[in-house]
Formats: sequence, structure tokens, C-alpha cells
Amino acid sequence: MSQYVLRRLLIAIPSLLGISVVLFVVLALAPGDPFSELATNPNVPPEVQAALRAKFGLDDPIYLRYLSWLSAMLHGDWGFSFVSRMNVDQLILQRLPATLYVIGSAQILALLIAIPVGVYAATKPYSLFDQIANTLAFVGFSLPTFFTGILFILIFSVTLDWLPFVYTTDIKATGIRWVLEMIRQAIMPVAVLGLFQAASMTRFVRSAMLDVIRLDYVTTARAKGLGQTKVIVKHVMRNAMIPVVTLIALQMPAVFGGAIVTEQIFRIPGIGSLLISSILSNDTPVVMAVTFVFACLVVLFNLIADVLYGWLDPRISLR
Amino acid sequence: MLDKELRSMIGDVKDGRMDRRAFIKRMAAVGLTAPLANQILALGGVAMAEGPQVYKPTKRGGGGALKLLWWQGPTLLNPHFATGTKDQDGSRLFYEPLACWDPDGNMKLVLAAEIPSIQNGGLAADGKSVTWKLKPGVKWHDGKPFTADDVVFNWEYAKDPATSALTIGTYRDITVEKVDDLTVRILFNKPTPFWADAFVGAPNTIIPKHLFADYKGAKSREAPTNLSPVGTGPYKFVEFKPGDLVRGQLNPDYHMPTRPYFDTVEMKGGGDAVSAARAVIQTGEYDFGWNIQVEDDVLLRLEKGGKGKTIYAVGGDTEFIALNFTDPNTEVDGERSSMKTKHPLLSDPAVRKALSLLVDRESVKKAIYGRAGRTTANFLNGPEKFVSKNTTWEFSIEKASKLLDDAGWKPGADGIREKDGKKLKLLYQTSINGPRQKTQAIVKQACQKAGIDVELKSVVASVFFSSDVANPDTYAHFYADLEMFQIPLSQPDPAQHMRRYLSTLVATKENKWQGTNFPRWVNKDYDATIDAAESEMDPVKRAALYIKANDLMYQDTVFIPVQHRLKVEAAANNLRPIISGWANETDNLHDWYREE
Repeated sequence: MSQYVLRRLLIAIPSLLGISVVLFVVLALAPGDPFSELATNPNVPPEVQAALRAKFGLDDPIYLRYLSWLSAMLHGDWGFSFVSRMNVDQLILQRLPATLYVIGSAQILALLIAIPVGVYAATKPYSLFDQIANTLAFVGFSLPTFFTGILFILIFSVTLDWLPFVYTTDIKATGIRWVLEMIRQAIMPVAVLGLFQAASMTRFVRSAMLDVIRLDYVTTARAKGLGQTKVIVKHVMRNAMIPVVTLIALQMPAVFGGAIVTEQIFRIPGIGSLLISSILSNDTPVVMAVTFVFACLVVLFNLIADVLYGWLDPRISLR
Repeated sequence: MLDKELRSMIGDVKDGRMDRRAFIKRMAAVGLTAPLANQILALGGVAMAEGPQVYKPTKRGGGGALKLLWWQGPTLLNPHFATGTKDQDGSRLFYEPLACWDPDGNMKLVLAAEIPSIQNGGLAADGKSVTWKLKPGVKWHDGKPFTADDVVFNWEYAKDPATSALTIGTYRDITVEKVDDLTVRILFNKPTPFWADAFVGAPNTIIPKHLFADYKGAKSREAPTNLSPVGTGPYKFVEFKPGDLVRGQLNPDYHMPTRPYFDTVEMKGGGDAVSAARAVIQTGEYDFGWNIQVEDDVLLRLEKGGKGKTIYAVGGDTEFIALNFTDPNTEVDGERSSMKTKHPLLSDPAVRKALSLLVDRESVKKAIYGRAGRTTANFLNGPEKFVSKNTTWEFSIEKASKLLDDAGWKPGADGIREKDGKKLKLLYQTSINGPRQKTQAIVKQACQKAGIDVELKSVVASVFFSSDVANPDTYAHFYADLEMFQIPLSQPDPAQHMRRYLSTLVATKENKWQGTNFPRWVNKDYDATIDAAESEMDPVKRAALYIKANDLMYQDTVFIPVQHRLKVEAAANNLRPIISGWANETDNLHDWYREE
């Protein structure tokens, strides 16, 4: 087992290196530079722009830039943002709480909807409930979040005036009122994202359940005279959850990575909106750091999933 | 108006035979606005009047929170590093300049005690120096006094190339010296008619020497105060999250009496202009929304029964179509649009004139810009005294067709005009932006009717406006026949703006497309006019020179001005913001208040 884990770990290192090379090259080849806004500013002479580019190493060859990035990264130096001239790690840490709170809540909401609905739908396939759940799930993941987001804003903020649609990180209340305000402003983004995720997850849970529910051992359990609830919860769900757990594990990086569209619509200062604004302003160090963290998380959770498989099914780790 | 007559009138005001108001009235009668009259007086040797006071509150504070929405939030808070107006706006909450500009283009004092003039000895008659007196008793937020040393330090800080300050262009060619603790003198190396650049306005606010002295030059990025400003402004720094939030609270020791009105200020960033307009105008969640570039019918719809309104400020921003004078489709020594080529179609003045006749500015205004646009024939649209009255524009497909017919451009079998085997086909590019794409469509349609085939291209703004040498799609490469955008006029003076089109500043491969003359238009007369204007101290003659420069561009159809664009902001109905077309939105923030 430990040998298996070690082997997986050693494979992870070259894949991370490979990912970083690809990311770096793509970013270096992408058009634009961080000082684009200066180009139309008559106050900034062209020589200054050129000097800035030289100072930030933008004119060096790609391999040199990559090597200096890599060596800095190995020393724990994430570099600094060209745009805000602030350390990148500081910038990411500032954005992380909002992302974890909103996207995390949305994932929990998605699970709370998907598991019971998926399980119940699978126990009564093609019943009225199953058909309604399926239809809603299809509608749910066909509607993009930018559409539902704006729809929610128009209904709940503009027409009904119940909820704010600008997310603020500095609510001026304390104690219980602060908590209530935090919840109030997160309702719409969490609902938009949670419902979207729940839709696809429901389908997944349902089909995983259906795969198991038809197996012989379930029929045996029923034949023994066990109650329906007991059969479903103890015998079917436990086994059906194995692929579902994998799916959730692989979705964890998304929680850290934020949801770009939703964050943009509701002005949530999360990692997703940091990434998009950095891409738009060609702030390479930030884009590099965020995407690399994202890649690390994917690799890490893949590793965890692999290890989990190995533990669940020892045959895998022996191969 | 006759030069002589104007001159004698200025003399009358100077000697007290005519009062200032009468002068401005008479100027208005001949079509000149008050700010223009004021500037003429100032440069003619009469002290500049301060802008009128509109601030009503009688005590400091008590105004509650001011919630500002900037759809591009500030990403840094050191004015010397500001890469765009958003960063200047954020820094301006805490830092202050010596003076700023009011809505009429008048100078307003901030950290200076008086406006330099020839009378008070502040302005040298030869235009080679200006002396500023500083307001006594001003304190930084940490209690240290503000003195001439701070002003001199800012000059040293910004002009040092190692600091890589983006304000270097303003400071590197001047000398700043301390006269005494509360007086500084700026020396220019040549007569400088527009002396109010250094230390004036939001881009040129002053940072404290005692906190930045150790971080001059190469160490500039390491200053802790880059992220937590200590200024002299109406609000003290509380919190900053780049791109998301800037927060400040009332400065109880602020140097202007009864100001500021608001107890706290918050600037939230992110999102887009339409939803910002909605949050201010429709739902009233925020008090003020910055730079609302939204189509007018959307704004009109939001304003119906809303909690806010749009406000407009006139500046000098012009949306224009530039014509390429070189050939973008022929490569010479690895360079397209090379100076060694001539544009095969656009070098014919008849084609350029016809194109100008095909841009329906009135329709563009009606369909797109609405209240935020004015039709114009001029490239230079402000300040008023520099605006040419000699130009006109017209939309006429018939006239354009006739012009082309006469020049020998005959319609071919496919309806597209041609001459000597060259088809009248043009590539028209711009940055991706709703109003711009709609304008392109309007122009294309008219051109089609006149037998010109126009292909449209749009480039994402971050690429189009970049200085990336390797990217052929930037506006400076100009590998197209026509291109449309605007270059903001950031000061109430056209000198920097008009200088860009000198023939020495053509954008080429050699200067890595850092040259600013992207139409690659060469005109000796223009060069001479700009050179003369830059050292002309007589305000009347100087204005005439810039008008001439504009008219030269007009005669050669270098640019087809599409729209004189106004600044658009969204504000709560009860908010009284002071917005100037010549300044940043937060430049007059100390005078903002709420009507009870």
C-alpha cells in the first residue's frame, strides 16, 4: 500500500512540472501585455513602457522567464502581481474566504438536493416523481448560470427588492446581524450555483443507484424480508456512493477555483473573479499562480481518489 | 473675434476698467464659454478665479456612508504607479494634489494656498517657472506636517527611472526646488504655456516623503505604504482589497473647513457597467456608479421611476475613425503599413472625403450614444477655446458617390467601385465594445450604398490597446485601412494630445510601434504648427495654432470624428457629486454631499 502511494506521488511531480510548462508557454504566447492601458495614455512616454517591460522581464525569452519563475516558486516566492504590485500569495489569500464560503455553500446545497432526490428517483424509476425530477434536472443544467443569475437579480432584487445583488466583504454589522447579512447576500449566488450543480449531480446519483439496485444481492436482501428503507440505505446507497464520492472529491478543486461567471455577476471577490480580471489585464504572475494552484488541487484530489480506490478495492493497488 | 480687440479687453480687465464678469459675458456673446474666458484671462495675466463654491453643509461629518461602485475596482493605491484612472481614483480618496479642476475647467485649490498668477508673482512672464505657495497647517494622516520637502520628494521619486513611476513623463523634464518650507518653484527648460500639470489633478497627487524616502528607486515596490496610503485627504485609509474594495473614514483634522460630509467612504469594484447602473439607478444599493458606458435607451429605461439618475460632464474625448496613410497589405522589410508605402486607395483624397461623408454622425448619436454624445467635425473638441469653428460635417451618400464618380472610381459588375483594377474594399477594425460594433454596422451600411465594400473586424480591447510588439492586432500596428476608438484627453489642455501626430512620432517597426502617430500621416505644416504652439505664451495665438492644427487634420481627413463623448455617471437622486470633464471622478470628492 505505502509503495502504491509513493508511486502515485512520484508520478504527480512530473505531471505538475508538465502542467506548469504548458501553462507558462500558453500565457507567454497569449496576446497582450500588462501595460496595455498605458498605450493610450499620453502622459506615459513610450520609453517608460519599454523600461517597465524590461524591468519586469517581459522581453526575456520564454525559457528564461520560466526558469526564473520555477526557481522562485521552489523557494516559496510566488512573485508579485504586475497590476497591483502586491505579492501574489497575499492576493490569493485575500480572495479565498469569499470563494470558499459561497462556492462551498453551493456545493453543500447541491449535495443536499442531489442525494435525496437522486436516491428517491432511483427507487421509483419512471414514476411521476422520477419524471419531474429528471425534467427539472435537464432544465437545470441546460440553463447557464449567467442566465439564471440575471433572472434571479431581476426577480428578487429589482422587482421584489428582497435581496441585495452586490456582494460586499465588509458588512458594517456585528454579531448575529452580521451573520444574517452574510447569509442574505449569499442566497442568490449560492442558489444559482447550487441548483446548477444539483441538476447534474442528481442525474449522476440516480444512475449510480440504478446500477446497484438491480444487483442480485439487493434482491436477496429484499427476499430476506428486510424493509425497503433498510435495503436502500444500508445495502444500495453504501455501494452506490463510491462513484459519487469520487465525483465529489474531484469537484473539490472547483470549490477553491471559484465559479468565474457567478462571481462576476454578483461581484463576489473570489478566486474566479481574480482569475478573470488578471487574464484580462494580462497579469501573468497571478494567472500563473491561480491556475497552478488549481492544477495542484486537481492532482492532489486525483491522488486522494486513487488512494481511496486502493483502500476500497485492494486489487487496484497491487496491480 | 479680432485678436487686437480681445487683447485690449484683457488689458481692461487687468487694469480694472472692466470687471471680470462683464468680460466673460462679452466672450459668451461671441460664442465662447466661461471657462475659456477664464483661461484666456489667466494666461493673459489676470489671476484665475477660483471655481464657484457649491458646497452647502455647515459642519464636518454626519453624512453617513458614501457607497461608490467602480466596475473596475482600483488595483493599487500609489498614484505614481496608477495604470489607469481607476487606480488614480482610488488613490485620490487619500492623497491630494496642489489643485484640481472643477466642472468648468477652472482651477480649484487643494493643498496650495493660492493659484499662481503673473500678478502674485507665481507665474513667470517668460513661462519658464511657476511658484506654488502651500497651505500652512496641513497634516498627513499620521500627524506629521505637510511641507515643501514632500513636494520636492515627489518629483525626485517620480523622475527616477528605477522607481518605474508611470508619472515619469510629467516630472522628468522639469526641476522642482524648495524656496522655503511652504513654497516650491517648478522650473521648465522651455516656455511652458500649460504649467498646471505637475502636482495638479488626480494623476499627480502627492505622497509623504517621511514614509516613502526609503523606498525610492529600485526598492519602490517594497514600500508598505503602497498598500495602505497615508495622505492628507478628506478620508483616512481603513482597508484595501485590490480589485474589490477600498474603504476610508472621515479625517477629523482635514484642512478644509466643514468638510468632508460623509463619515465613511467605500469604493466597491467588479462587475460590469450595466449592472452598476442598475445598482445605483434602479435599486439604489449604491450612491454613485463610475463611467456608465451603456447605451442610452437602457439608461432611460432604468431611470423610469428609479432611485437615481445619470449625470454628464463635458470633456474633450472624441470617438474617431483613423485612416491609414500607408499600405497595410504590402510588406516591406518585414513590416506592413511601412512608411515606404502609400495606401493604394486612401491616398486618394477623394476617397477619404467620401468616407467622411458616409459617416452618419447624427444616426450614431440617436441610435447609440444619446445624451452622452455630440456630433462633431473636429478631432479636438475641448477645452472650448481650442475648438475650431471652421469645420462642418455632412452625411450624404449622393455627394460621396458623386465625389467617387468624379475621381474615376466606377462601379464594377458586383456593384463595388474600382479604378485601375483596384477595388474599393476596406478593412475597418475597432475594439470589442457594444457601441463600437453598432457604429461599425451603421458606417458599413452607408458605404455599401455608395459602392464601397467594408469588412468589419473587432479585436478584444486588452489586445487592441496593448503595446505588445509581437501582436499585429494592436491599434499602433494598424494593419487595417480604418480603425476606430478614442484617446482620452486627460488634461484641460491639448498639448500632449496633439503632439502625438507629429511626423517624427510615426509608429514603425524601428520604434517597436511605440510611436504615437498611428495613421502615419506626415504633414510639415502640422509639425511646424505644433512646435510653435508648444512654446507660444500668448494664449490667444496659442489657441489659434491648435485650431489650425485641428483644421489641417480636417482638410487631409486624417481622422473622421464620430462623436464628441461626454462622461456619464450614475448617482442617487439626493447625492450632489461634483464631476468635471477635466478631472477624475473622485477629484472633487471633498465637495460631495447629500441633499437632506
